[in-house]
Amino acid sequence: MNRNLKDTIVESVTGISVLLIIFIIVSILAITIIGGWPNLNWTFLSEFPKDGMTKGGIFPAIVGTAVMTLIMTVAAVPFGVITAIYLAEYADEKSVTAKTIRFAVKTLAVVPSIIFGLFGLGFFIGFIGKNIDGLFNGGELRWGQPNILWASLTMALLTLPVVIVSVEEAIRTIPKDMREASLALGATKWQTIRKIVLPGSVSGILTGTILAVSRGAGEVAPILFTGAAYFLSDLPHSLNDQFMSLGYHIYIMSTQSSNVDATLPIQFATTLVLLLLTFSLNGFAVILRYRIRKRAK
Amino acid sequence: MNKGPIRIGNKNQKADNIVNGFAKKKFRFSDWFAEKVIKAVAFLSIAVVILIFIFVFREAFPIFSMDKTEAVSTELLVQESYGGTEVEEGQVPIIDTQVENSNKPQAPAEKPSSTLFSKTWMPVSDNPRYGILPLFLGTLKVTIIALLFAAPLSILAAIYTAMFAKPRIREIIKPVIELLAGFPSVVIGFFALMVLATIFQDIFGYAGRLNAFVGGIAMGLAAIPIIYTLTEDALTAVPKTFTEASLGLGASRRQTAFYVVLPAAVPGIFAAVVLGIGRIFGETMIALMATGNAAMISMNPFDSVRTLSATIGAEMAEVVFGDTHYSVLFLIGSLLFIFTFALNALAEFYFKNLVIRRYQSKK
Repeated sequence: MNRNLKDTIVESVTGISVLLIIFIIVSILAITIIGGWPNLNWTFLSEFPKDGMTKGGIFPAIVGTAVMTLIMTVAAVPFGVITAIYLAEYADEKSVTAKTIRFAVKTLAVVPSIIFGLFGLGFFIGFIGKNIDGLFNGGELRWGQPNILWASLTMALLTLPVVIVSVEEAIRTIPKDMREASLALGATKWQTIRKIVLPGSVSGILTGTILAVSRGAGEVAPILFTGAAYFLSDLPHSLNDQFMSLGYHIYIMSTQSSNVDATLPIQFATTLVLLLLTFSLNGFAVILRYRIRKRAK
Repeated sequence: MNKGPIRIGNKNQKADNIVNGFAKKKFRFSDWFAEKVIKAVAFLSIAVVILIFIFVFREAFPIFSMDKTEAVSTELLVQESYGGTEVEEGQVPIIDTQVENSNKPQAPAEKPSSTLFSKTWMPVSDNPRYGILPLFLGTLKVTIIALLFAAPLSILAAIYTAMFAKPRIREIIKPVIELLAGFPSVVIGFFALMVLATIFQDIFGYAGRLNAFVGGIAMGLAAIPIIYTLTEDALTAVPKTFTEASLGLGASRRQTAFYVVLPAAVPGIFAAVVLGIGRIFGETMIALMATGNAAMISMNPFDSVRTLSATIGAEMAEVVFGDTHYSVLFLIGSLLFIFTFALNALAEFYFKNLVIRRYQSKK
């Protein structure tokens, strides 16, 4: 066959693959927007579900997702940032310790999210929660059951690698000269980290946090049996209350609702809300990351 | 007063502080403490992985020590805890068991661990059977479908992005395809359930709306960004000199891509596919929503399947804490964990070493 013709065919086939993937992405977006937009209004966002979840809004699911990701962030970000500092500033790349930690972080990133759910159930609820109840509450069931705290902590473990990777990347873009200048002026290593490295990696920490929030808001599997509830008539008041979440709401409404067709507008609108949330967060993170990478060049 | 590494004190002290012409580091508590704390926290990641190992396995372990008598007693416990409605149902299965016994003569209460390799998954019945074979084969079937869809598509797209696209277009394509990674899996599952299932049913005209094919394609969507990004990275990591030498000898871009760059990047692409498999294998929400969730052994891609992870997701909320069923679900979790752990180790150590060796030997 003619060489030029072969070139054209191969380039077209690979190009069509790109177009096909982009087409799928655009159609998911378009279908969700077309299906969800008409039902998306202020009442939908600010009302509780009504009439056995066939009418009304998704207010408690929004609040539940927000509170859960907030607790998750508080738990995951400090640990993630410190681990990233260790990997970028202290660890000797060739040491077994550094390699093991790196491998552990990678493992956490690929472990299926449902395993985190099992771990949350076995460790947080079955072990820590049950023991707290046994020791302090005289065996009364308060912490040894699914609640928003255990769900958030489970999600924090899931999002830990996201934070670590982003922050480490940002720390590594800080020029060596700045560190050396600080050390030459007599600052200690810790002072250099506090005054030079951390302020320089604020955007990286922010990127990591945003990506973690976006991931945490969208994941459902880890909270299936660590705290998410089908329906609650009230918002969570304390850390050992259960909560409603956007992703779980979509799952429940589309698979276990008594009347799937009647609630279709609610399902699409909830999906749209979740998609808008994760998309705007991701978009923001992409812009921040782009700026960090530009600095590195 | 005590800031600054070199302090001029009396002569003896100065001599103490200077060793071999370098200022000796003074001990500072804050520095020492910060380093210790940072190191300790960094070890948390390792601790979490170990804890996951321990706690997922710990809950799975009782299944192997449960014998017949214990199994009977846990069954009784299950029935009690289900309450009134289940008692009625409890009377019906007497017929069920008889029917089943006539088909396959078996002791009514088997040792739970011995039913693990049977062909039926029927955890909630009078004679519970925990055969994970149909679940495993179902997962395998969905994974193969997803991989056949996602791997060629994302590798071809990565080749285009890395080799053929103009830099400006590349800057657009890459982030757009990576957007797909930001779709929560429940959203992809919803899309599959509402849209893909209908479209595929119209095209292929099969009976059950939700099946392995729909689920597999949807899970492939979740794996595309992983395989695409890692393949693209592997292709761009091939030294520029390779490409330039090939183009300089008069090869076309297509020839360079397929005879020079692609062979050099093969280990990296394998690693990408392996991590993609890990993602598909462990995917829960899409499996729950789009595969139909009936545990059966069949080769037909249009039959419904129940995957390992979906089984955990669907049944864990309803089991009794510490029950046999509970342990079996944790056992399935352990299998999933071991599998993804091994895949990750394979990608990380084996394939990465291949990449490093390849470039070093060719330099």
